[in-house]
Amino acid sequence: MNKEPGMTLIVKTVTRISVWLIILYGFYIIFHGHLTPGGGFGGGVIIALALLNVLLAYGKDFTRKWLNIKLLENFESSSITLFLIVGIIGMAVGGSFLFNFIDKGTLFNMLSSGTILPLNIIIGIKVAMSLFLVVMALAAYNFDKGDEQ
Amino acid sequence: MIIPYFIIIPLLAAFLITLIAGEKDDWAIILSIIAVISLLILSLFSYITMHTETLTYYMSSWKIPVGIVLVQDALASFMLVLVSIISLTSLIFSISYVRNLSSDWKYYSLFMLLVAGMNGVIITGDLFNLFVFVEISIFAAYALVAYGGKAEEFEASFKYAVMGSVSSTIVLLGIAVTYSATSTLTLAKIGEQLPSINSNIKLWIGGLFVAGFGLKAAAMPFHAWLPDAHSSAPAPISAMLSGILIKILGMYVLVRIFFNIFDAPQFFLNIFLIIGSISMIVGVFLAVGQWDFKRLLAYHSISQMGYIFLGFGLSTTLGILGGVFHLLNHALFKSLLFYNAGAVETVTGTRDLRKLGNLTKIIPTTSNTSMIASLAISGIPPFNGFFSKLIIIIAAIEANQPVYALIAVIGSIFTLASFMKVQRYGFRSEKKADVNGKSIDWKMNFAMITLAVLCVATSLMIIPGIREIALDPVVDVLKNKTLYIQLVMGK
Repeated sequence: MNKEPGMTLIVKTVTRISVWLIILYGFYIIFHGHLTPGGGFGGGVIIALALLNVLLAYGKDFTRKWLNIKLLENFESSSITLFLIVGIIGMAVGGSFLFNFIDKGTLFNMLSSGTILPLNIIIGIKVAMSLFLVVMALAAYNFDKGDEQ
Repeated sequence: MIIPYFIIIPLLAAFLITLIAGEKDDWAIILSIIAVISLLILSLFSYITMHTETLTYYMSSWKIPVGIVLVQDALASFMLVLVSIISLTSLIFSISYVRNLSSDWKYYSLFMLLVAGMNGVIITGDLFNLFVFVEISIFAAYALVAYGGKAEEFEASFKYAVMGSVSSTIVLLGIAVTYSATSTLTLAKIGEQLPSINSNIKLWIGGLFVAGFGLKAAAMPFHAWLPDAHSSAPAPISAMLSGILIKILGMYVLVRIFFNIFDAPQFFLNIFLIIGSISMIVGVFLAVGQWDFKRLLAYHSISQMGYIFLGFGLSTTLGILGGVFHLLNHALFKSLLFYNAGAVETVTGTRDLRKLGNLTKIIPTTSNTSMIASLAISGIPPFNGFFSKLIIIIAAIEANQPVYALIAVIGSIFTLASFMKVQRYGFRSEKKADVNGKSIDWKMNFAMITLAVLCVATSLMIIPGIREIALDPVVDVLKNKTLYIQLVMGK
């Protein structure tokens, strides 16, 4: 009946609407990591799950066309390098690794708490990309064919 | 302050390789070699200049009860030099060995993570941080064991992953109990609190750590994963795993915790002695019967780890000296033997000693260096293995433990027997060997010759003048036991 890969039209429509909301919620969690519960890891997982929703609803071929996997891989490795660079800047400025070199600001403001916010964003990107790419790598493997060697 | 660079450099290399190397393997090779050479220079520099100093470094300038502290003393510098030497030779050996196995840049990236994890374990002064670095290096090791992509390699890697996870769970439980008893995770602070806590809890923590890190050190009751994992991995990785990984994650952490933090309680030293002597004798018995070259070497790792356990378990000055010295020597000659096995496998395509023949003419460097390594591991003078085993045996007799000395001698005799078998069948039989036309290039030969020279050169460390400079500061760190706590806390 339905020749297209993936799930039914209902699931696809719901996913199309909800995926952006879930990503937005993930960013909310990341950006408020220093104010509310959650942070880089939690928000990153939520973003990864939004992308995985697309993978489940539309199938892996569509997802690969929709997203530039190579770009995501570059995001993943550059984010972790950035984390290290933030740490090294701390060494250059304050004399020790990951030293807080940005002004701490006022408590409970969005832009406060020094390097915690940029580090949360970096961790969020890293976790989102890693989790998503791990599942994509598993999906690329065809389990029906078994071990090819 | 150079302490954090021991972690930053390999991590940066690993991440840059994934980022800019991409499919270009040459960049990955250049980056990782530069990283390891700079690590070697840094560690040699600190080893030579530091002597008995203890340096501390506070991460992001948070002081001890709050933040993570990095500690570098003579023992840590010694271990860092060891890691750098073995990883440099291993990388040089890898260049042509791993080519065409899979995409190379992944290998180098994982390799640098392995080095970063081990360096982190060595210099951290925080119990949970130590656990994190253990996990970093051991996860890199799981992936590298399966790097060749054959079914048996996946099986070995899976077995390794299961056993590693069991040990990590036990260690994590130990850390949780420690934290609940002492309310701190800084090693030095734990050491301060320990005398005041219940002795049953101390036994419980110690038992969990012996089981957890003993599993990683592959001491005898916990050894089952090692022969599979170490024989299935690519040869340079086997050298890394057998040469340094089991020593850093297992032995170094155990001695650091039990000598510097727990003040070397006699009960646990007795456990060291018992599992050491069992490993020594059973490991070598299992090794003699093996026909797979790398499997034989892997069983010998268990047996030689037994000597190191015995040396530390005696806990006398001479015993600790023997343990430290044998730790260095075993890393050198066991890595060399694994390179030899890798070279033999490259040329003949098999690791089965029965199928090998006379290789002295075909690969002269490999067979000559393997002779040096075999003599060193069997304890024949003037090679380094003789002196460290001799020190351990003398220490056992001096400590009124003649039974352990006898076991060590018997173990050494069987080691000699099994390496006579390797030489007789693998390299010097009358049979003509089948070769597949591949040759050993200069990079592989360079790695083997470097370690063979070091096998002879380190035996000079027994000369009192050199020993006082090179080994005595390391022994002092362990002999002074809880002085570590005072030095780290700055009293």
